Amino acid sequence: MSYVELNDIRVSYDNKTDILKDLNLSIEKGELVSLLGPSGCGKTTTLRVIAGLIEPNDGEFLVDNQNLTKVPVHKREFGMVFQSYALFPHLTIKENVAFGLKLRKEKKNSIDKKVKDILEITGLEALSDRYPKQLSGGQRQRVALARALVIEPKLLLLDEPLSNLDAKLRLSMRIEIKRIQSQLGITSVFVTHDQEECFSISDKVAVMNKGVIEQFDTPEEIYKNPKTEFVARFIGFENFFDLTPTEDWKYKAVDGTVFLSNRDWEPGKQTGTIRPDDIEIAANTTQQTTNMVSGVIKVRTFLGKSYQYEVETSIGTLIANKADDVVYQVGDAVTLSIPAHKLIIV
Amino acid sequence: MRKNISLKIFAGLVFAFLLVPLFIIIVTSFGTNSTIQFPIQGFTLDWYSKVFNNESFMDSFLLSLQVAFIATLLALVIGVPAAYSLARHKVFGRNWIKSFFLSPTIVPGLVVGYSMYQFIVIKFQFPIIQGLLLGHFLICLPYIIRVVGSTIEQLDFSIEEVSWTLGCTKLQTFIKVVLPNITSGIFASFMLAFINSFNNIPVSQFLSGPGVSMLPTSLMNYIEYNYDPSVSALSVILMLGTIVLMFVIEKTLGLASIS
Repeated sequence: MSYVELNDIRVSYDNKTDILKDLNLSIEKGELVSLLGPSGCGKTTTLRVIAGLIEPNDGEFLVDNQNLTKVPVHKREFGMVFQSYALFPHLTIKENVAFGLKLRKEKKNSIDKKVKDILEITGLEALSDRYPKQLSGGQRQRVALARALVIEPKLLLLDEPLSNLDAKLRLSMRIEIKRIQSQLGITSVFVTHDQEECFSISDKVAVMNKGVIEQFDTPEEIYKNPKTEFVARFIGFENFFDLTPTEDWKYKAVDGTVFLSNRDWEPGKQTGTIRPDDIEIAANTTQQTTNMVSGVIKVRTFLGKSYQYEVETSIGTLIANKADDVVYQVGDAVTLSIPAHKLIIV
Repeated sequence: MRKNISLKIFAGLVFAFLLVPLFIIIVTSFGTNSTIQFPIQGFTLDWYSKVFNNESFMDSFLLSLQVAFIATLLALVIGVPAAYSLARHKVFGRNWIKSFFLSPTIVPGLVVGYSMYQFIVIKFQFPIIQGLLLGHFLICLPYIIRVVGSTIEQLDFSIEEVSWTLGCTKLQTFIKVVLPNITSGIFASFMLAFINSFNNIPVSQFLSGPGVSMLPTSLMNYIEYNYDPSVSALSVILMLGTIVLMFVIEKTLGLASIS
């Protein structure tokens, strides 16, 4: 039994289309789990079900073996950080942070101490008497985080907390969030559509699409071994081609080229995929062996550290990146080799 | 540059058009002649003392203040929660209800007054004061719902959600988070509704009865039979009151927040 359990959660607003379809998710204590997916995939809905802001039509939600499915949001004791920060405009930073503690009728000096500690951890002591509108985006974000953390929540929920910040700040804030989260050892759910952000911060990632979790794994696993075509596409695989599994644990492409893959051979899977960076490109050779296709360069794009080539081959158009040590021209005939250990079958 | 000058002249004319009549009223209130005349002959403050000694003016002034104040307060008590529900919940026929609440500001005042007369006085035979309160409450309500409603719609809904996650019930959230952030809207709607109720003639006219009249009504009755500068004096007093009110609003909230 995991610390957090979502069992067969179904959410539908009109009872015709499901926003979430029998979603299952288990989170261990102290983990930071990300929900990653394009907009409309159901990641925010999942977070709001966890928070109690949406009641699921079916399924149950447990934390620490307690069934919280019907428990209203104000009794769940989870901290939540919103995309818009949602600071109370009429309260100072200190009062914003103390808001949750005052409701719990704690003693004044205990409140003061907790507020002081969390403001210290989040580096906000100097700003404690200011109002939210006097703060920058990054500072507001830290206040929102402090306010959610100070109540010592059983779960910390973060809804795209970095998406309103500029690129530089986003980078430092995500390091900050990770630091605070692991320092306090607090179980967290993080919603994002940014894969880099998500991989760098998470212990585990759930990639979501159309209301279902396509894959739930560590960031490394997802990056190296996507299980479905959707996941592969979402994390940067750009080449997809049809493959037919053959009896001898190999695959055959439409033009008859034989491919080998280091991944487990499964009869049902029939699409090969590889990242543009992993394709090796060389001048045309007549010698055709396994995992090699020839083609002609159609488009060349300069990417800075490398060139990107669109190569028309007998198994379809493939995209390959190559450093600028050898530069090919449009119209050149080349041979692409697709290493067996980089070829993913989905 | 030329354009600038003609613009200035135009703006000056508009101001003159707006302010000269008021200026004339102020001046005439000090005239010694027993009818309103401009320019005035002599200078006196008698008309002011006459206003304060006129029982019908003073009674109707106090009544108007009381009715406007109580009716606006009642409208706030009903209107603020109504505005909140309309803004936050998927109320069935929300847009229809909103238009309905706006209707007293669109329907001609005379029609509103007459229909209230039909119901409040003829059909249900309310006592006069209660009837006046009810009528003024009804003409105040639209202002409250519209102004407070638009303030609530501008408020980020996630601050309420965050307050729930921090342990507030919905009612506590409304009191601790929503209300403090819509005070300027509440104050503005209060002022609008109050001034509207205070100035309203048709509803007051139809709903008042023997021995009970509101200030605009008694002012009109007075002008019908007496054309003396005490009317100007009363107008000046009302203007001063409004200026003081505006000054207070400016000092506490800033006029920009209510316009």
